[in-house]
Order: sequence, then C-alpha cells, then structure tokens
Amino acid sequence: METPLDYRNARFAYRRAAEAAPDAQGEVHPVVVVGAGPTGLAAAIDLAQRGIGVVLVDDDDRLSVGSRAICFSKRSLEIFDRLRCGEAMTAKGVRWHVGKVFFRDELVYPFDLLRESGYRRPAFINLQQYYVEGYLLERALQLPNLEIRWKSSVVDIETPPAGRAQAGGNDREPTVLTIETPEGRYDIRAHFVVAADGARSALRKRLGCDSHGRTFKDRFLIADVKMEADFPPERWFWFDPPFHRNQSVLLHRQPDNVWRIDFQLGWDADPEREKEPERVRARVRALLGQDAQFSLEWVSVYTFSCSRMSSFRCGNVIFAGDSAHCVSPFGARGANSGLQDADNLAWKLEFVLQGLAPDALIDSYAREREYAADENIRHSTRSTDFITPKTAMSRVFRDAVLTLARHHPFARQLVNSGRLSVPAVLADSPLNTADRDRFSAGPVPGSVTADAPVDRNDQADWLLSHLGETFSLLLFGGANGLDDNAQALFAASQRCRVPVRNVAVLPAGARVNNAGESAAVTLLFDREGLAAERYDATPGTAYLIRPDQHVCARWRSAAAADLEAALARALCVKTD
Amino acid sequence: MPLNTEPNLTRPDDFYESLLEMHRDLDDAQSQSANAQLILLLANHIGDQAVLIEAMRLAREGVIAR
Repeated sequence: METPLDYRNARFAYRRAAEAAPDAQGEVHPVVVVGAGPTGLAAAIDLAQRGIGVVLVDDDDRLSVGSRAICFSKRSLEIFDRLRCGEAMTAKGVRWHVGKVFFRDELVYPFDLLRESGYRRPAFINLQQYYVEGYLLERALQLPNLEIRWKSSVVDIETPPAGRAQAGGNDREPTVLTIETPEGRYDIRAHFVVAADGARSALRKRLGCDSHGRTFKDRFLIADVKMEADFPPERWFWFDPPFHRNQSVLLHRQPDNVWRIDFQLGWDADPEREKEPERVRARVRALLGQDAQFSLEWVSVYTFSCSRMSSFRCGNVIFAGDSAHCVSPFGARGANSGLQDADNLAWKLEFVLQGLAPDALIDSYAREREYAADENIRHSTRSTDFITPKTAMSRVFRDAVLTLARHHPFARQLVNSGRLSVPAVLADSPLNTADRDRFSAGPVPGSVTADAPVDRNDQADWLLSHLGETFSLLLFGGANGLDDNAQALFAASQRCRVPVRNVAVLPAGARVNNAGESAAVTLLFDREGLAAERYDATPGTAYLIRPDQHVCARWRSAAAADLEAALARALCVKTD
Repeated sequence: MPLNTEPNLTRPDDFYESLLEMHRDLDDAQSQSANAQLILLLANHIGDQAVLIEAMRLAREGVIAR
C-alpha cells in the first residue's frame, strides 16, 4: 500500500499559536510534550486518546532525516496497536525473526527470535524511522485535542518551587516554557512537561540535570543502500569478515528495497572522510561484489555512549526516550525503550491529572523506567564489549567463543552481536502485588502480558486488543463458563475507584449461558488453548492488568477485597 | 557445591602431560586460543556460576596477591 505522504521530505507549516497573539490569556495546558520523535509522538497520542489535551512542540518542521532507528520490536508494535497505528507499521515493515552470525568467511549459526506462533505481531519489523514517525503523525492528526506546533524551540523553562509543584489536581503550579518561533517568542504554561527532546536534550541542560555513563571509543558507518537483491529478510552479522577485516558488519533489510549496512570503523577513522560517497561505495562493493548495482540513500558516521540521567523526573518535567537514556544500537534498545517509556508514562499522567491517583504515581514512572534503562544499558554494554574487544585477551576469548560456536551449541549462547530488545520485567516495582497463590508459569507481576489468539463473537481476534487503556480484570473460566465467584468479581470491579475492563477467557466450546449477565464483560474464547497455557490459568485464575498492559497482580481465586487492594497499590493510593 | 580444591584428578600425571600435549607445535597465539577454548569448554561443563566465580577469584589472587 502506498503512503499518502512522502515522509522523508514532507515539511510541516508553522502556525501562530494562540499564546503568541498580543494580550493572549494563555490557558494552562495539562501536558506539553517537547520533541516529535517516536517517543514524543507516542506519548502525545496516548495522552490525547485518554482525553488529556496535549500540545506537542518540535524545533524542526520535518520528520526524521535519514532512516535512523529501523528495528521495531513486537512490544513496540503492540504499543502502536494501542495507539491505533500498528497495522500500518506492520503492513509496511519488513518482518523478520531469523538472525545469522558469521565469523570470517563461515556461518557460525542461525537463531530464531520467535519460535512459536500465536502472536498478532512478529518478533521484529524493520521500518525506517521516518515511516514510523509518519504513521504516528497521521494518527496524531486524527486527535482534536492534540495540537502540534512545528518550528517551536524551547529556549527557557521556569519551574515552580518544589512544594507548590506537587499540589493535587488543578492546584498544581504550572511550569512555564518559553517558545521561540519564526515570529518571535511566547510563553506556554503546563501542569506537566514531557521532555522527549532527544540525546542532546536542551531541557536537560537548561534544568542542569546530569547524565552519566560510558562513551565507547569506536566509530560506525551506516550506509543505506538501494538495490534489487535477493538476501532473505534476516539480520546478518559478521565478525571479522574477509571484506572488512578485523571489524564487524551488520546487514538488515528495510522496505522499498533499502538495505542497512553498518560497518565498524574503529576509533581512528576520520568521520568526514569515511562519509565520502566513493569511499562508502568501495566498502559496499567489497561486501556485495564488484559489479553490484546500487545507489546510496543515506550515509552517516556515528559514535555512541551508554548513559542515563540519575532521575527521569525533575519536578513536573519528565524525561523520556533518548533525553533520559542512551544505548549502543546493538540490540535495538533505543527507540524501542523510548516507546516503552511513553507507554509507561501516559496513563500515569492521566490518572494523576484526573485526581484518581496521587503524585507518587509519576515517581513510579521514573523508578520503573530507570530500572529498565539500567537493564538496556547492561545488555548494550556487554554486546559492545563482545563486538569491540577492549584488550588482547578479550579478543582471544571473543574469537575462541566464535570458533567453538561453529560446532558446539553451548558457545552460541555466549556469542553477543546484540541482545535484541525485549521489555524489562519490572519485578521489583512497588505497583505490583506479590503472588499469594502458586503459579508455575505465566507473566509475573511487573511483566508485559502475553498475546494469544482468541475468538470473539465467532470472529478471530487477539487477547491483547482487549487489555489496556484502563485497568483490566482478566478472568479465566471453565467449561461451564463463569461461576458465581467470577460473576461477583466482575460486578465488584465496576464499583472500584477507577474504571476496570472486564475480560473473560473461556475454553473453546465452553457453555456461556451464565456469562456476561451481571456486569459488562468482554467474552473471549481460547481458540487454541494458548491463552490458558501462556497465563498458567485454571478456572478462576484472575490477572489485574495495568493500562500499559503490564500485570500488577494475579490470583488463583480472588475476592473483591483483593482486587481493591491491588488497584490501590498500583495507583500508589495509601489505604489504612 | 563449593569449588573442589582437594585432589580430584583420576590420573594427575597423565592429565598434565595431555595439557602440555595440547599445546605441542602451537605458536603463542594458537596456544592462547587453545587455552581460551579449553576454559570455555570446562566452564560450560561445570555450569555452576558460584563455582566458576570462586575459581576465577582464586586464579586472579594467584596473580595479584603475590
């Protein structure tokens, strides 16, 4: 399907904001999001879908220049599904789940990231960042309470004194941002600011917040090459190949016959010289063959660091995406973790702004995503240490692992060309209720819920489509449908402090004459039995699922009081 | 199970001879690679992270503490 807009080159018009008019009586916006990259767009859409008015400001008037982030994980696609643009992304993206590792001129081993079926979305798609931003933008433009302001740079910020910053509800003292536009400056006021303004975040610097980590002494060349080629849609990674000795090379397929080739160059490479087209073409020809026909789409030389801010929250300014944390590209943990930040943050802002939860819920965003960032940084650092050995001995071990991996399966688990992004399990989150009942499998509290194929009204459907937005009570029934206890729990959920979606999963062919009578319940049938298997469910098993589709509590058999207590905990509401 | 540092080799002298034999005719780089591969093979056989950490600690002390 062709896209209506050329996202690579589209320019978006600057329009004068209401606040920019003389004697404007500026309202206080619930949320201003700074930065229209994947993280900022996702956060803004999520908030607007939740009925929160959002202003999204961006210093530029176009989407991503160059393909940049290209690997989007299954979890990101599930988030896009919730934002109602997952289908467009998946349809355009190149699906892949197989990776191959080569050492010198030999295949060491292949791996498969999604061995089982029964998920709506593939393990990964490759899709140029300008498409991802383009589809997000299309979705954003459908939301009347989301206003995008292009060519609008934040040049100053004034934060309220700490005590008055955290007053409840609408008594919260606003933060004031000074916006510079082609027509001059104006001030905009907001209860919360989401700083998704990238790795060189101006807001982070303005607020004097620190970011710590390690910069790696290595340079990489990205060459996006357009060509007709019959490589399969797989991730190919070479250690020390004959066409690029002593360095690594990564090959990925993108839509529109574009191939991403990532050449490790070493620290001594001259970044300007390495970008010269003839030099890049020579490197590409060494890989593809001397007669290969191709054109260069985009070339970039980059270095990277692994770092994060010590706190992702600075008063009522909340950092998300690259502004908060940076990783190496190996493992696709940059944009994917930014999207998970947005996913984690939007509902918390909504519940706090609506007065349904105390300010402490926003702190839980920072703690949960700092934990996730540490995990991403740990994986990313380990991958980098394997790909770029820092000492002679680490090189000896690296090569020994690759040599053994050809014939001995055990060594393959040590090969690290990037541990590809999976969402962190927030097992220590204070929002979780610890298991009281015995489970031997299934998503533990703090983990993302698993998808499964289901039937609804005799139509094929997916479980995840019915979880999220607000809290969900997922209850498994038996062959006779829902018993009295299940009915009572569904009824109780409708009297809770916040809206709860009731979702019942019954075995395929279960009797349903008693289901859905006492309270609004979405009734799903476990077509292949995978839902019960993935949730380690028996009749009566109940999961309480957060608006961001993370499990926060589960029981073999729950009472209304269990549900109330778990909800209060997940909202940071103190109960005595 | 803690790291066993009591005598455990069934044929100590034969083992030692085999260890030297593994390196016969290898240059330094090859010997280093063979040692690294041997460590990785044995580490996987042992499996237990606590035992491996203890062995690595003793090996490092053997170099640094003297």
